[in-house]
Amino acid sequence: MSDQQTITIEVDGKKLEATPGQMLIEVTDAAGITVPRFCYHKKLSVAANCRMCLVEVENAPKPLPACATPVADGMKAWTCSPLARQAQKGTMEFLLINHPLDCPICDQGGECELQDVAMGFGGGLSRFVEGKRVVKSDDIGPLIATDMTRCIHCTRCVRFGDEIAGVREMGATGRGEHMKIGVYVEHTVGSELSGNIIDLCPVGALTSKPFRYRARAWELTTHDSIAAHDGVGSNIHVHVRNHQVMRVVPRENEAVNETWLSDRDRFSYQALYSEDRLEKPLLRKNGKLVEAEWQEALLEAAGILKDADKARLGALVSPSATLEEMHLARKLLAGLGSDNIDYRLRQGDFRAADPAVPWLGQTLSAVERNQAVLLIGSWLRKDQPLLNHRVRKAALAGGRVMTINPVDYDFNFDLADKRICAPSGMVAELAGLARALGADTAGVSADASDAHQRMADALKSAEQGLVLLGSVAQAHTDFTLLRRLAANIAEAAGLDLGFTGEGANSTGAAMLGLGSGLSCGAMVTQGLDACLLLNLEPEADMANPAAAMAMLDNAKVVALSTHLGSGLEAVADVVLPVASFLETAGSFVNMQGDMQSFNGAARPVGEARPAWKVLRVLGNLADVEGFDQESVMDVREELQAAMGEAQPDNRLPEGDAPAPVLGSSDLQRIGGTPIYNTDMLVRRAQALQHTPDAWKAGLRVNPALAQALGLEDGDSVVLRQAEAEITLPLAVDERVPGGCVWMPTGVPGSELLGEGFGAVSLEKA
Amino acid sequence: MANEVCLRTLHLDRPWLLSSYESEGGYEALRKILTEKISQETIIETVKTSGLRGRGGAGFPTGLKWSFINRSAPGEKYIVCNSDEGEPGTFKDRDILRYNPHALIEGMIIAGYAIGGTAGYNYIRGEFWEPYERFEAALQEARDAGLLGENILGSGFSFDIHAHLGGGAYVCGEETALLESIEGKKGQPRFKPPFPAMFGLYGRPTIINNTESLASIPDIIRRGGEWFRDLGVENSGGSKLFSISGNINNPGVFEIPMGTPFSELLEMAGGMKDGYKLKAVIPGGSSAPVIPGEQMMELTMDYDSIASAGSMLGSGAVIVIDDRQCMVKLLDRISYFYYEESCGQCTPCREGTGWMHRVIHRIENGQGRPEDMDLLDDVTQRIMGRTICALGDAAAMPVAAFIKHYREEFQYHIDHKKCMVGGR
Repeated sequence: MSDQQTITIEVDGKKLEATPGQMLIEVTDAAGITVPRFCYHKKLSVAANCRMCLVEVENAPKPLPACATPVADGMKAWTCSPLARQAQKGTMEFLLINHPLDCPICDQGGECELQDVAMGFGGGLSRFVEGKRVVKSDDIGPLIATDMTRCIHCTRCVRFGDEIAGVREMGATGRGEHMKIGVYVEHTVGSELSGNIIDLCPVGALTSKPFRYRARAWELTTHDSIAAHDGVGSNIHVHVRNHQVMRVVPRENEAVNETWLSDRDRFSYQALYSEDRLEKPLLRKNGKLVEAEWQEALLEAAGILKDADKARLGALVSPSATLEEMHLARKLLAGLGSDNIDYRLRQGDFRAADPAVPWLGQTLSAVERNQAVLLIGSWLRKDQPLLNHRVRKAALAGGRVMTINPVDYDFNFDLADKRICAPSGMVAELAGLARALGADTAGVSADASDAHQRMADALKSAEQGLVLLGSVAQAHTDFTLLRRLAANIAEAAGLDLGFTGEGANSTGAAMLGLGSGLSCGAMVTQGLDACLLLNLEPEADMANPAAAMAMLDNAKVVALSTHLGSGLEAVADVVLPVASFLETAGSFVNMQGDMQSFNGAARPVGEARPAWKVLRVLGNLADVEGFDQESVMDVREELQAAMGEAQPDNRLPEGDAPAPVLGSSDLQRIGGTPIYNTDMLVRRAQALQHTPDAWKAGLRVNPALAQALGLEDGDSVVLRQAEAEITLPLAVDERVPGGCVWMPTGVPGSELLGEGFGAVSLEKA
Repeated sequence: MANEVCLRTLHLDRPWLLSSYESEGGYEALRKILTEKISQETIIETVKTSGLRGRGGAGFPTGLKWSFINRSAPGEKYIVCNSDEGEPGTFKDRDILRYNPHALIEGMIIAGYAIGGTAGYNYIRGEFWEPYERFEAALQEARDAGLLGENILGSGFSFDIHAHLGGGAYVCGEETALLESIEGKKGQPRFKPPFPAMFGLYGRPTIINNTESLASIPDIIRRGGEWFRDLGVENSGGSKLFSISGNINNPGVFEIPMGTPFSELLEMAGGMKDGYKLKAVIPGGSSAPVIPGEQMMELTMDYDSIASAGSMLGSGAVIVIDDRQCMVKLLDRISYFYYEESCGQCTPCREGTGWMHRVIHRIENGQGRPEDMDLLDDVTQRIMGRTICALGDAAAMPVAAFIKHYREEFQYHIDHKKCMVGGR
């Protein structure tokens, strides 16, 4: 801000510029002056409890904590004067007297803030000769290992839960030396951002459970990369030993993920080394997939693609595939005469054309400043954890966040308003809100209720706001109609319209122009003779798994995949093992339109190869022109030229909105995909699958419906959708509206079912 | 000259009743303020004139504290009374709650009027069940008489008081930990600034005063600031309650004018028990540095006199120690108290109090080491002035003072593995 005055302070004899209200430690940090600290963290509130950052300040009778001392014009401070040093060393000694000397077996050893600071401020010998404190550790779940004897009570983890995760899971109990950080009643820490307390913990009290005892910090090499499981595009450091990924930690980028990382992005790497990771090409021989040599498999694959009728040739690619992979796949198909390539695998409705390049509609940092946010069909907290964090900041700053959802999804902030209804009712809800705003209701007759009027007023009074369509809306059978209504609402209220997208590279895929031929839905309904699959499992990643599997069963299928699931095993004719995003160079465009490129961090497993290289060879073998790229840079230059001036653009093409097709049947299904079922890597990340957020096999109905059907929690039930039927355990869940069965896609049991929304029936098994 | 202010109803039968209080001029000050519409400034000026200093231990001028509040700020402002009385040796506020609760209630209402607040909380020590019930009964009496609650005495001014029983933690006597405790959180002091006058209870501007300070207010208003000031001496206005205990014949609470010689107080308390010789006095609660007996006999009971001997008047808890007592054993017990009562929030106090206690404990038990005296000196220095609240200082000061005045007793313990007094 230009009107902000600048003041001058003097630290260690150096003149520094500062702004009023800053704490001394912020100014010294910016100037590169080291002040030791444990409890201070720039993203958390000031606690001033560790007393490590004590410095001498002119005219102060005693040393002051730099983290909690506001600067004043002309202030003089000394960070390493005898008084400051004596205070810092005193604190260091106190911190060490009860800290165990177990560095050789501590996972934090080598990257421990206490160890580092002790090198500078600790004594060589301890004067404390009594027994040290021992603290019992709670089991707080599959992600975080606890050794609370090592805790130095900085309370960063406690403040994180309170201030960032929005759930008070950790806390301090007991007094004095008996004070203990833990979960009050032993339970699993369930936040989708919980892994961040591993990074925040300055000692080895909270460490990564999956990483435990796997490697020492000094054995690891660090590689920059981009996380691939949501549209935020979190920046990450990948830590590698012997060409294997050992763990993933956040890399600071204020404009994207700040200093945080979602648990999904942090722990998904475990899937790289799961049992069903593909290490060799597979070919179908006598009806069975058997291992083959690359040469043979590539020739077979190229043959399948080349020989197909070009009108009935298509490709389905993961929305989290890299730009390079998408570009070469599209180029390969184009060379063979087909433009049928799509990435919108879970989209439930293609009746109206998509915007040119769907995106968030705002920058991530702008989301924090919204005065109103309307979430439509979105469990944002679990779907896009760090986008949700930005929305939470807006909510805490007084912004009104409202939802129209088919499930009463839980959020970590207070919603100003929520409309929970069966999926078939969402159209009417949006139309009612549109009516309240005086907007076009897209041909849907609707009345505005008081609640609609209240929400409309909140949207209208916001100077900046966002109407956001989430992944549940995108999977909805009437998605294009919901989208039209949302656009009308956004326009009438003068707010931005946004989409969360399905994967890490949805926006990039649209910028490349994927989806311009037959849509994913059309390919499934019209059928293909030959299909190229890129890193997806048709039984879990498609809007209608049963239909997709049936279609692929009748087609020749070439699959490039990191893993072999039951779907590929059933339908693929050639399976080519490819590198995961951590093992290849590539680029993603995140939901705010940033293109972020990265290099491979680890060596692909077995004979797996980067998919862009496999596609390049396939192009050559299929006799398509222009597949002579020698490096990933060549591919990147080419795709950037192909993207041209493409920019994120959420304007809806002109055209009439389709009429609603999802009827209000007696019993309807609610789909959507839970947080840890979104892609083939996440589904195989063992630790994540043991968290409370992992979808437990089964379906959910509300207590009233369960009672009406004479069912109880845990009962085995038969769910029928069209011709498909499955038997699953039932869970009673108050969040589900009446007349609905919450049975997501991508979860065990959903493979045999059709699309996520529509009529179903339920009875006791 | 005794029992002039807070204990002035004590001579009556059932002194805690509203009728007893009113027979001694009770609620006259409040009536006067409300009928004459005395301005907030005038009240605060009167309190400043009285020289009343915080009776909880810190001795901060009460009128000055009240003037820190931005009275014109919109929204609620709170008066909080600190009846936690946790300092070992202190038991005066308990007697105010028991015998003159209406003086406190009237004082809180006047304070609320003076800062423009409409609600007060009285945080009562967890162990004070009987005084708590008596205070609640007094609140009800006051409400029934129209002296408390909505539209007091028809003046249009409303003020209500809520009693809050603590959970039994010493640290909750620290004013910001007390606020946290009222808010239902773990009792831990807040980092200051911001001070409670800016950001107090529930984030609102708040004045926190000790029970005795607030109970002194009605008489200051009724009889004038000068009257109160002149009871005492220069820089220590008024009279004060002293809780005297230890090796004396008649322990108890005595309200005497500031500046009364210690020797007179000792005499009022019946003198030394069984004729033993005075060895030392802890003049202001267990955290106050100990003063050797002969020096103490020269001092008067006021802020400046006690401070001149390197100690502090504190809460007025006078602990008298005779020459049979082992100073090592005494300090062992005192240091154990602070070790147990540290809240654990900040490092020097959490770790240092336990360390100090362990060292003193091993000296007491004949396992002291030659380097222990220097170690204790050093550890106390590393705690004092390094913590969020004053508990660190409170724990370190007695250790430093005991060693300063009685080093040879500690050294004897270390060298001979036994006690200098009594030959244990």
